[in-house]
Amino acid sequence: MDFIYSDEQQQLRDSLQKYIAKEYGFEARKAIIASKQGFSDKVWAQFAEMGLLGVAFDEAHGGFGGSSVDTMLVMTELGRGMVVEPYFSTVVVGGSLIDLGGSEAQKQAILSEVVQGKLLLAAALGEPKSRYELNCVETAAKRDGAGYVLNGHKAVVLHGESADKLVVSARTAGGARDAKGISLFLVDRKSAGVAVQGYRTIDGMRAAEIKFANVKVGADGVLGEVDAALPLLERAADFAVSALCAEAVGAMEALNAATYEYLKTRQQFGRPIGSFQALQHRAVDMMIHCEQSRSLALLASVKVQSEDPNERKRTVSAAKIQIGRSGRHISEEAIQLHGGMGVSNELAAGHYAKRLTMINATLGDVDHHSERFASAA
Amino acid sequence: MDLNYTKEEQAFREDVRSFVHENLPKDIGEKVLHHKRLVKDDWVRWQKILYKKGWVAPNWPKEYGGCAWTPIQQHIFDEECGYAGAPRVMPFGLVMVAPVIQNFGSKWQKEYYLPRILSSEDWWAQGYSEPGSGSDLASVKTKAVRQGDHYIVDGQKTWTTLGQYANMIFCLVRTDTTVKKQEGISFLLIDMTLPGVTVRPIITLDEEHEVNEVFFDNVKVPAQNMVGEEGKGWTYAKFLLGHERTGIARVGESKRELEQLKAIAAKELRNGKPLMQDPRFRDRITAVEVELMALEITLLRVLSSRTKPGPEASILKIKGTDIQQALTELTMEAVGPYALPFRPEVRDGNWKGESVGPEYAAAAAAVYFNYRKTSIYGGSNEIQRNIISQMVLGL
Repeated sequence: MDFIYSDEQQQLRDSLQKYIAKEYGFEARKAIIASKQGFSDKVWAQFAEMGLLGVAFDEAHGGFGGSSVDTMLVMTELGRGMVVEPYFSTVVVGGSLIDLGGSEAQKQAILSEVVQGKLLLAAALGEPKSRYELNCVETAAKRDGAGYVLNGHKAVVLHGESADKLVVSARTAGGARDAKGISLFLVDRKSAGVAVQGYRTIDGMRAAEIKFANVKVGADGVLGEVDAALPLLERAADFAVSALCAEAVGAMEALNAATYEYLKTRQQFGRPIGSFQALQHRAVDMMIHCEQSRSLALLASVKVQSEDPNERKRTVSAAKIQIGRSGRHISEEAIQLHGGMGVSNELAAGHYAKRLTMINATLGDVDHHSERFASAA
Repeated sequence: MDLNYTKEEQAFREDVRSFVHENLPKDIGEKVLHHKRLVKDDWVRWQKILYKKGWVAPNWPKEYGGCAWTPIQQHIFDEECGYAGAPRVMPFGLVMVAPVIQNFGSKWQKEYYLPRILSSEDWWAQGYSEPGSGSDLASVKTKAVRQGDHYIVDGQKTWTTLGQYANMIFCLVRTDTTVKKQEGISFLLIDMTLPGVTVRPIITLDEEHEVNEVFFDNVKVPAQNMVGEEGKGWTYAKFLLGHERTGIARVGESKRELEQLKAIAAKELRNGKPLMQDPRFRDRITAVEVELMALEITLLRVLSSRTKPGPEASILKIKGTDIQQALTELTMEAVGPYALPFRPEVRDGNWKGESVGPEYAAAAAAVYFNYRKTSIYGGSNEIQRNIISQMVLGL
């Protein structure tokens, strides 16, 4: 067993931590969220310069040949800073779909641009009735000469409005919930027939409803195997979930730290409220929740690479369940222990709670993963 | 033992139900049911309708315009109004300050303020919490210094619910710093339109403006606005707390939210089937429903006891808010990924635009975060537990 990070990994973490602490304070973040685009091009360019956008990709594609553990490290720091830039949608979800399923030509063309910060991706997987089920795909892709024509509605596409390219799941065969018959397509967001309705999300990010009306995709826009994209989708989604878990751990650490600080400084009845045993025990439970979450997030970040799909699914779902439960517990307790200040939008605490809560509603909540965990035994 | 409502009570329930059905303005009811934003006029309109019927102040003694209802009737009324989606009658004037004025106020205060509260001419706010005084309310610092016929008030109140609509505020102020902290507190009625009063919004997690900070800078308040005796404010404040405890269970509202949650869960799909048929989710709804059934009977037991509701009524605050929060949580989870879109503009009563996801999803997460307040306000649930442990269990 070896739980030690390499020197390179520690350096990566330290430099990112320093950057966020210096440049991405609560007020700076607030201004970024209020901007038209909802994230900062400047921060994104800095991320590219720091090499963050390529940690997980092969050197052949402009990356740095790191592992899923490197992604975990980055996501934990992004979680701690509540960073709203589209790292998750572009690098983690979009990037891994292309990395795992793309042709050499697609990887060359897209990943190197992503690594340099020149290209943004978004994964359009969910639909109005799909909830968290990746196999529930009604968007249709019909053969049209050498290419395809897409029609349908993709829901809550994270950073869908700013993405240059969309990775879209669509049905090329079978019924709405069949595992077979799903294919993936790369679609330029500005293609004719793509209608994007962007909006804010409650955790400070952006998302969009995207409607496809007779959108033409060339043969080179097919990603992976036609009719058989579900295993690829699931693998990429598991990687994304493990990254979300890592992000959640960063958010939990920061939220717990803010809460402990509040308990130590807030005075009532002539002493710090942290001197009351009833609150001390609750603070301890928050810490235990965080440690249990960290353990499973670590495990998931390693086992997500497992060649055994059942082991992978089981571990990743276990982590998502733990993070969903603990995220809820920590969020609610942190708000409660902050008293009125906890429900004020002027304090970071509530914003961490919002992010943690929405992580549970991204790529499967506790109930969804509980069922998946049991069926992957 | 008979745990049924009497014939008279059932008939009373029918009366209330049909009155609310016929008189609650449709637009207001729609707003409440769909968690749209209420504005001052919505509350005032409904309160004036109740005032005309003579039902706006059922808790008041008959002589002042109350209904002389039994506690059970009062509960039936609250439940029916809540269930139907009537806005909550603003408690600060009618439920909180009015009983204090009736019991401890001067003849002038009674004659001047009570009719204005009844008719909703005045909108009252509560001036209790301060930045340094939350759970430790007796530590309030806002001071009122007697100067001839006036008190000069300096200080700050906070978490003032809907203070932006208020023209009057009842405040706990410090009039004596030389005595035990509870004994130096007085109960002062302050006109918020006086020079030196400033209201500043606090924006909450749902980005709504519901609470405020209220600043007092050299505010000259006529001495006739002091309630009862100087230095007795803490006693009046405690008296007031006893008046707000039973309404806080919110059984009617929770029944309505439970029903809406079930309707949502019947529409939402999971693995191609209604979420309501998913045992995992259904069991969680059941758990809340069972708690709500128990709370209703607990509330009725408290209301039926021959003595006045005592400290055990804190159970109603704790369980009532637990249930309200659990319902918002389940509603948010029921809508799945559509919990994420955040579009405060949709909550405007006049909004017309392109929707995102089902209508019932639009405010689900915002309401969940808004309702975190319920276990914090009105004496946090920690304070309620202290009350039970000290006053009921004697620990």
